[in-house]
Amino acid sequence: MSSETTEIQRQISHAVDNLVEPGHTVDEPASGDHKHGLTDIGYVKVAAMLALMTALEVTLTYLDLPGGVFMTALLGLMVLKFWTVVSYFMHLKFDNPIFTKLFYTGLILAVLVYSAALLTFQFFSPS
Amino acid sequence: MADTVAPTTPASEPDTTASIDLATTPDIHGQSPTPGAHDDHADHHGYDGHDDHGGEHGHATSTGLSNNKLAMWMFLGSECLLFGGLISTYMLYRGRHEGSPSPSQLYNIPLTSVSSFVLLMSSLTMVLAVSSAQRHDDRNTSTWLTVTALLGATFVGAQVFEFTEFYHEGLGFTTNLFGSSFFTLTGFHGVHVTVGIVMLMALVGMINRNKIPGNKAEVVEMIGLYWHFVDIVWIVIFTLVYLIPS
Amino acid sequence: MAIAERPLTPALARGGSTLVTPSSSLGAFRRPVSTTGWRSWVFTVDHKKLGIMYGVCAFTFFILGGCEALLIRLQLAAGESKVLSAHAYNQMFTMHATTMIFLFVMPMAAAFGNYLVPLQIGARDVAFPRLNAFGFWCFLVGGIFLNTSWFLGGASDSGWFAYAPNTSVAFSPSHGVDFWALGLQITGIASLTGAINLIVTVLNMRAPGMSLMKMPIFSWMILVVQFLLLFAVPVITVALFLLMFQRNFGAAFFTVDKGADPLLWQHLFWIFGHPEVYILILPSFGIVSEVLPVFARKPLFGYKFVVFSGAAIGFLGWGVWAHHMFASGLGPVSVAVFSVATMAIALPTGVKIVNWTMTLWGGKLHFTTAMLFAIGLIIEFTIGGLSGVTHSVSPSDTQQTDTYYVVAHFHYVLFGGAVFGLFAGFYYWWPKVFGKMLSERLGKWNFWLMVIGMNLTFGPMHILGLQGQPRRMVVWTKFRGGDGFFNGAFWNLVATIGSFILALGILVFIINVFKTWRSPALAPGDPWDARTLEWLTTNPPKEHNFDVIPVVHSLDEFFHLKYAEDDAGDLQKVADYEQLMEEQEAKADKHIHLPSPSYWPVVLAVGLPIIAYGIIFSHVLAVVGAAIVILAAFGWSLEPSVAPESDYDPPVGGEPTTKELAPLG
Repeated sequence: MSSETTEIQRQISHAVDNLVEPGHTVDEPASGDHKHGLTDIGYVKVAAMLALMTALEVTLTYLDLPGGVFMTALLGLMVLKFWTVVSYFMHLKFDNPIFTKLFYTGLILAVLVYSAALLTFQFFSPS
Repeated sequence: MADTVAPTTPASEPDTTASIDLATTPDIHGQSPTPGAHDDHADHHGYDGHDDHGGEHGHATSTGLSNNKLAMWMFLGSECLLFGGLISTYMLYRGRHEGSPSPSQLYNIPLTSVSSFVLLMSSLTMVLAVSSAQRHDDRNTSTWLTVTALLGATFVGAQVFEFTEFYHEGLGFTTNLFGSSFFTLTGFHGVHVTVGIVMLMALVGMINRNKIPGNKAEVVEMIGLYWHFVDIVWIVIFTLVYLIPS
Repeated sequence: MAIAERPLTPALARGGSTLVTPSSSLGAFRRPVSTTGWRSWVFTVDHKKLGIMYGVCAFTFFILGGCEALLIRLQLAAGESKVLSAHAYNQMFTMHATTMIFLFVMPMAAAFGNYLVPLQIGARDVAFPRLNAFGFWCFLVGGIFLNTSWFLGGASDSGWFAYAPNTSVAFSPSHGVDFWALGLQITGIASLTGAINLIVTVLNMRAPGMSLMKMPIFSWMILVVQFLLLFAVPVITVALFLLMFQRNFGAAFFTVDKGADPLLWQHLFWIFGHPEVYILILPSFGIVSEVLPVFARKPLFGYKFVVFSGAAIGFLGWGVWAHHMFASGLGPVSVAVFSVATMAIALPTGVKIVNWTMTLWGGKLHFTTAMLFAIGLIIEFTIGGLSGVTHSVSPSDTQQTDTYYVVAHFHYVLFGGAVFGLFAGFYYWWPKVFGKMLSERLGKWNFWLMVIGMNLTFGPMHILGLQGQPRRMVVWTKFRGGDGFFNGAFWNLVATIGSFILALGILVFIINVFKTWRSPALAPGDPWDARTLEWLTTNPPKEHNFDVIPVVHSLDEFFHLKYAEDDAGDLQKVADYEQLMEEQEAKADKHIHLPSPSYWPVVLAVGLPIIAYGIIFSHVLAVVGAAIVILAAFGWSLEPSVAPESDYDPPVGGEPTTKELAPLG
């Protein structure tokens, strides 16, 4: 009987773990709360990561890196910070996908259209 | 003949929950502005009998989503096009700085890094405010909202200081194309932050006087979304405008 | 029968008078609550009243823009004409285009959208009624503001697309361009808020059972248009801000001496401008898609294809803007890319033409005026589309650009397309909105005069353009143009005569409207035996639209309530309009609460042109306007959407309710 109980308990906790995103079991409140998201501590951790990324960005500007590496790293960090704030602070990751589609449609449209315009100005060509 | 019309709404039910967790789509289905004022009202709805209209459970809208939240995300999507245009204008013209120092000569990266950090932290305090609002903790909500506004004001203050410095060093709004586009881009962002601060303080005032028509937590969340958006625009501006030319 | 009542407290029910206290809107105002008189229109948040106001104001601007066009044609009727000076002429064609696009077609589409979308999806109003009212008032005050420029130093004279650096103070010293830029900013706010409103309405407020693929096609086209507006308006907003900063605050954006590139304006403008033309045409496509099935007694052929092609047009429309810039020096690579993209966009439009034609094919056609205009759109738009295809080929466009050939193209698609669609909508939905039928006899005169007038006016412009007559040309010498068939003098005169025939056709419409208004004859319940949900209401609809929100089972729900297939597969009538309405009334909801009227949308809207006048004339005035805007914003946010009882007067004579439904028409 006890082995059955522990087996059931194990299955339940396994199922609960699977409901929650891997890597976030500690910071997320129990699933079943209609507003998933992080706990307050979780948000502080995200903020700390954002601060670190910012510090890294600034440090990179003081190093003498070749242009391509510098640009890639900086733009990569920018995108990562952007995505982190949008997904966690703005809750997009835990909300209905419709919100994601609406917002990213505007964002991607803006990036494409303005990049195309800048292309016609030969903005991305070497001067 | 097919039965094509919805069943009539149920008979009167005492509306004791009128004051809390009200409909988040206030405009159609009506709600009490102050607690307890409408005890006589049987129904607040001409719909299927749900009185939670797209609120936290959101099962009376076709998508199950809140009207206000949908509207805010669409507005933010459109703002991407606005800031995209301003950023593109800046990117096109940042090299045309005859008559003033160049970007890399002007920018004070340490100062701007600190103010960027301040704005980033204000996003954290905003999230904590939303979290408190969802726990119906008015006092902490007000506190975190005020801190957010203060951090935002610090950011704006640093920007004003920075702009005055640039002006003294020879870069004005009308000096050249770099000046016009830089100040327009950062100015628009700064105005957005300022409007955000005004909304935050108004929200604090309204919470303290219990004058929020509707779902309090949702209003805080909406202002939070706006605030975070202003933050992510700055994330882009900080990298593209300040860090890359250096 | 359920009536929309105002809140009934025990005190009111007893008939005694209650102490009236100011509502919670800053303690200063009680809300407007009138249901009759001018106040019930000015402070309304009802989508139907707003739709009618949008329509009336848009039509007035149509007449204004039309007069501007007639003056242009008078100037061009003969050689060396002196009807208009060059200065006046520049203002005339600028304002004609600006008025027609921003103050007629777009608000008229908003009129149809605002009135019909909630009815078509089975809702009682839009998602944000006060925002809806705000949008209307922004449009009206913005349009009036823009036109006061005529009296305050001259209207804008730089063309409707206002190319830089022509719009700089050096080349356009009067305030006209400022009025143009600021006026469009104000009307742009109307478009943006309207877009958010209608999208949320369509996504969130459909009747139970109405999935998006069961939604009427007109509402679908409006939805696509709102997404286009949502993303396109911010782009022109940026352009207009840059222009405003250039002219009023000394910014360098378009100062070529300081290194500015004039193409920046062109890109920003046309990234907005191309989606804009789809914004102009898609509502009319939607109207036609509703009208054709009803008068062909057949469902729309390929509903799914019409939906998807509408969405495809909206999507692809973002990738073609530089086809307006083929002659601007973009370079061969850019030109080639945009040329190919433009050809691609003909495809989804072609799909629609095919679907409409197949709807008509094999149907039992009833040539009512609405049907005539709808068929007219198919033909005229196709002609305009064909000249458009010739523009997509960049080598030939380089010859055609900036000539009257382009003028011919866009008038065929805009007048023969967008305007014909709107007129089809007038005749089709007039009984719904006003409870009376427009005269079919006058309608036929209206239609034929407009068709003949339109083709006489814009047809010759193809010839004139290919013979080299440039756009915006103020005067031509007697020796212009070729001989014989290509005689420019002859075709210019024909075009002018055509424009007056067109004007006559529109006059016939106005007479039709007036006669209908005066006539006592009421429209029958379901005059066209129509297909969609808006017809499951009274004519005009009650304030709360539906007594009970219907549950939807299929596309063309109203049609399927009336007709069912029997065992042999034939359609049999199983119910008629009267029976269905009786059923609705029997099951009516009680205590329907509608959103209450409000002052704040009007007040906020009025603050905007005050800021605009202030930017042009006096910065103190701008501050005053800004203060009004901020105060109104606070008032609005503090006000609940439904007025509390304290805002209503005590009942007169002990009656339990004094609310009456405001009569229309």
